[in-house]
Amino acid sequence: MIENNFSNIKAGYRRRKYRWMMVTLFLGVLTLALCISLLLMGNTIYPISVVIRVLMGEQIQGASFAIGTLRLPRMLAGLLVGIAFGMAGSTFQTILRNPLASPDIIGVTVGSSVGAMVCILLLKMSGTTVSVVAVISGLIVAALIYMLSKVGKFSGGKLILIGIGIQAMLKAVISFLLLRAPQHDVPAAYRWLSGSLNGIQMVSIPKLFFVVIFFGLIIILLGRHLRILELGEQSAITLGVRTDLVRLLLILSSVVLIAYATAITGPISFVAFLAGPIASKLVGMGAPSEFPAGLVGAILVLGADLIGQFAFSTRFPVGVITGILGAPYLIILLIRTNRTGGAV
Amino acid sequence: MKRLKANHIVAGYDKKIIIDGIDITIPDNKISVIIGANACGKSTLLKTLARLIKPNSGELLLDGKKISEIPPKQLAQILGLLPQSPVVPEGITVADLVARGRFPYQSFLKGLSAKDYEAVEEALEIMGITDLANRCVDELSGGQRQRVWIAMALAQQTDILLLDEPTTYLDITYQVEILDLLTDLNRKRGTTIVMVLHDINLSARYADHIFALHKGKLVAQGAPSEIITEELIKKVFNLDCSVIKDPVSGSPFIVPKGRHHVKLNAS
Repeated sequence: MIENNFSNIKAGYRRRKYRWMMVTLFLGVLTLALCISLLLMGNTIYPISVVIRVLMGEQIQGASFAIGTLRLPRMLAGLLVGIAFGMAGSTFQTILRNPLASPDIIGVTVGSSVGAMVCILLLKMSGTTVSVVAVISGLIVAALIYMLSKVGKFSGGKLILIGIGIQAMLKAVISFLLLRAPQHDVPAAYRWLSGSLNGIQMVSIPKLFFVVIFFGLIIILLGRHLRILELGEQSAITLGVRTDLVRLLLILSSVVLIAYATAITGPISFVAFLAGPIASKLVGMGAPSEFPAGLVGAILVLGADLIGQFAFSTRFPVGVITGILGAPYLIILLIRTNRTGGAV
Repeated sequence: MKRLKANHIVAGYDKKIIIDGIDITIPDNKISVIIGANACGKSTLLKTLARLIKPNSGELLLDGKKISEIPPKQLAQILGLLPQSPVVPEGITVADLVARGRFPYQSFLKGLSAKDYEAVEEALEIMGITDLANRCVDELSGGQRQRVWIAMALAQQTDILLLDEPTTYLDITYQVEILDLLTDLNRKRGTTIVMVLHDINLSARYADHIFALHKGKLVAQGAPSEIITEELIKKVFNLDCSVIKDPVSGSPFIVPKGRHHVKLNAS
């Protein structure tokens, strides 16, 4: 009897682990399929053999430019920022125990946007400087929101509302910058602000790759601690987690991921917000969802880019498509939170 | 040797002092209960012992070493706590939640070891919830959920277990059941148990040792039969009562006296 129960418990663990692996594998395959399609498709559809030859470094008239210079950096940027947004969003939501507490809802993303806008429009800077400034301004805004929500008694709900308030303020700053900007800079700025993979060059990819791998790994390695943090501050301390340190590392890594990705592609709306809940529904609640959320983020960005480029007669930036997908979910979530009298 | 000791602890929140200079030594392998009126500092004392609150002054010692100097994971293998309101992650199964009690034993990047499985299995067994292993914690009743949390604390395999009001919000049936299970644990494994309880009569029945707190000070301690008197209850709870013998256990049993329903010849 006991033997039987024991195998039952073990079977349960094994079943849940198996589900996690299968779902993650499926998400990985889907991501890969989207990556390949984005290399194949465009004004000219190339056969896969040509794509492979170009990737191997062969020079082919037309194809080398279209695939190597236009499509490849665009696809890689989409993949990497998708992972960054997905992992960072999911980490924020888990730490603050609220699906609304995603960096793009509480203003961290807009914080980086303001930094990037000031660099691009006022200071005429580009490249790495913009990224660094975006990361710093994202960190400052995150710290500001956190400190303001600690005035009085801290609560996740308060943090979200303060974040939304700060977000409104920062959006006003962006509008002001746009009004003051030279006429010919404005369309580009707008395109960037709505989140776009257009015009991304291969030079910005290696650094983005390094940032995503490094900070993404930190989040994955701290996943076990995060599972314990979920049980509440008191349980976590009791189980031997250095809660302040772990939280700080996780928040810092998430903000760097979000801010750096935002500096490259602009704030692609709702990816960070949607990836976590979708991933945890798929892998099963209670299972580690940071890495799967990164894959879901990549799928959302790459899929939205595919739709934005080819589904309509005009091309839409990727952020417009994710916005259309994400907004209804936000509304549903708000209605549900309100009905259950949730934390907000 | 007494393992857990607090020397002249002063602690509180922000600038408000709640515990004002308490010296206590927790009896090993016994069940101790901290009693006192609301806001007397009993929960704060327990949280200080569990290192959730840093004392303003005084020192906490475990096996003669300062608790603040013991590495957190090592400490977590000796001293466990069941908080008053732990958070249930949405959708988690019983077995997964209980397995999280193994965190202090797990090394970097490794999954559950054979020893971890064994500990989880044993904890579920002791709490009588083996059948619920693959169910979602969300779906369980309050009494079952409390057993799951205690099972998680058991899987942590600590020699000392602190519990902050483990029976609050439970029906009387479940209160007795939980206290019986904790007594089993103490008798079978020799686990030192320290808990905060609201019910004085259940405290007097289940405790080997009682600490009575009043306004942040320790006013009495000892075996229930020695210290539970009408005077102590008057002092600690500001309540008039008669102390009689519990007809079931023989421990002291308090019968409160209010302003109404008192027979004239009763005293």
